[in-house]
Amino acid sequence: MGMTMTEKIIASHAGLEEVKPGQLVNAKVDVIMAHDITGPPAFKALKNNGLVDYVDSKKVVLVLDHIVPPKDIDSAMNCMAVRQFAGEKNIEHFYDVGQGGIAHNVLPQEGLVAPGDLAVGGDSHTCTYGALGCFATGMGHTDIAAAMALGEVWLRVPETLKFVYNGKLGKYVTGKDLILQTIGKITVNGANYKAMEFVGYAIRSLPMEQRFTMTNMVIEASGKNGVMPVDDVTKDYVKGRVDREYKIYKSDEDAKFEKTYEFDIDNIPPLVAKPYSPDNIAPVDEVKGVKVDQVFIGSCTNGWLGDLRQAAEIMKGEKIAKGIRLIVIPATMAIYRQALKEGLIDVFIDAGGVVSPSTCGPCPGLHQGVMGPGEVGLFTTNRNFRGRTGHPEAKIYLSNPYVAAATAITGEITDPREV
Amino acid sequence: MQLAGKAYKFGDNVDTDVIIPGKYLVTTDPARLAPHCMEGIDPEFAKKVQKGDMIFAGENFGCGSSREHAPIAIKASGASCVVAKNFARIFFRNAINIGLPILVCPEAVDYAKSGSSAKVDTERGIVDVDGKSFEADPFPEFITSIIQKGGLMEYVKERLKQKQVPVSSSA
Repeated sequence: MGMTMTEKIIASHAGLEEVKPGQLVNAKVDVIMAHDITGPPAFKALKNNGLVDYVDSKKVVLVLDHIVPPKDIDSAMNCMAVRQFAGEKNIEHFYDVGQGGIAHNVLPQEGLVAPGDLAVGGDSHTCTYGALGCFATGMGHTDIAAAMALGEVWLRVPETLKFVYNGKLGKYVTGKDLILQTIGKITVNGANYKAMEFVGYAIRSLPMEQRFTMTNMVIEASGKNGVMPVDDVTKDYVKGRVDREYKIYKSDEDAKFEKTYEFDIDNIPPLVAKPYSPDNIAPVDEVKGVKVDQVFIGSCTNGWLGDLRQAAEIMKGEKIAKGIRLIVIPATMAIYRQALKEGLIDVFIDAGGVVSPSTCGPCPGLHQGVMGPGEVGLFTTNRNFRGRTGHPEAKIYLSNPYVAAATAITGEITDPREV
Repeated sequence: MQLAGKAYKFGDNVDTDVIIPGKYLVTTDPARLAPHCMEGIDPEFAKKVQKGDMIFAGENFGCGSSREHAPIAIKASGASCVVAKNFARIFFRNAINIGLPILVCPEAVDYAKSGSSAKVDTERGIVDVDGKSFEADPFPEFITSIIQKGGLMEYVKERLKQKQVPVSSSA
């Protein structure tokens, strides 16, 4: 019996010829990521147990992205703890505020994660990297401490669900809409403990950034990891970024998939996820006219350069509606700099928006745009659970950057095809 | 471990943002997290819950963010365990890692109501709701061993001593 690419990557890192779903294995890790929320308690666990000396600094990537620059003394102390550990362990891949951006965009951008890798991170959206054809999954801080000490993690080999996308994306329809459609179909519990493998003509036609947007949201279906086959788009992306050998894994023809879902995407319109769940999907038309207080374009999901270009395409020469706020956050400082060069930042500021430093921003409700009671937001982020971005009575809709930009101009949820 | 208390019942897909909202993530201090446990779904929970009480929930408990603050907050609130139809995988690992007892027992969840009187025998995997007994799904041996060792860090220390032994190599 053949294996899926997820099974092959796990098997090779576990030193086994073959693995089967349900099997528990110890797998070597290539990359371990932690940020300013999950790093400090992981370091504390290492210190309290006398395990700091076991940490292989070369595998560790530390990124300050959640609450930077710090908003209060607690968050300042978290940043201090990360800086101190990075200094003590001489961690080369440490990104302070202004040097990196959001971890899930920094790691691929800087070539720190490669096809065939096994990566873990102290953040649920670590699954983002899987678009590169690697295994990547999120964990809590104790698991991250353990991975740092052991250089390995225990894993249950997941069953793989296969998602096939046939056809061509329509105008103003993106990878974000494909993943929203998928989560809407299988629900937020649809891939719990499972791998999601994305294939088909539409995936091959997607630029790398939109592929990341899709694997980023695998966790929104409770998936363990998401993968995409490595092709020329992947190879072009990692060229000049990844400066080490990497291995390409491919699912066998006779690999066993627990279930296969097929999507004909020709007629998928731009979609939104309504409050309070990323599986509460509707065509944008259905919620057209809903008044919005704040639009946020950014996050590990949709803070890529291509996302800013999409938003700017709609907003160029336009002004945001009276009474609405527009917050734009380029996911990394490199994206920020390129967006400046291309004049995208001017477009947002001319429109009346504010552009904030590269961090997670209001997505996890920590700073830079926290929502008040009853406020309505349209965010390009990944989840809209009650209270996530601020007050439990705030209502957040999720969409792609085109819809977000069109909405900022009119002040109500708007179909970009009608602007 | 023998646990006893009152049941607090919740539905499916209780996410970690409602278990402990993001604004409290600046600390992992259990004493600071406890007063905000379940704040996003039941703002009165932390005030009402008594030592030993239990959370009964539907499918996919603890989905979303990887924040280990969620099981830390539940443990610190006084709640003694979570019984669910199933758990989101990161929450599952986090709970095991920090020693919050969790049980997968769909029948007990269906039977329980908020206010039910509940007892749990964690070793035998028995959940008793208002006098009716249910058997929880057993965990794989390896996971039980982490629980018995007192959490993941104890396992890590042992594993470092005998590094070459794999967890399991059979399907």
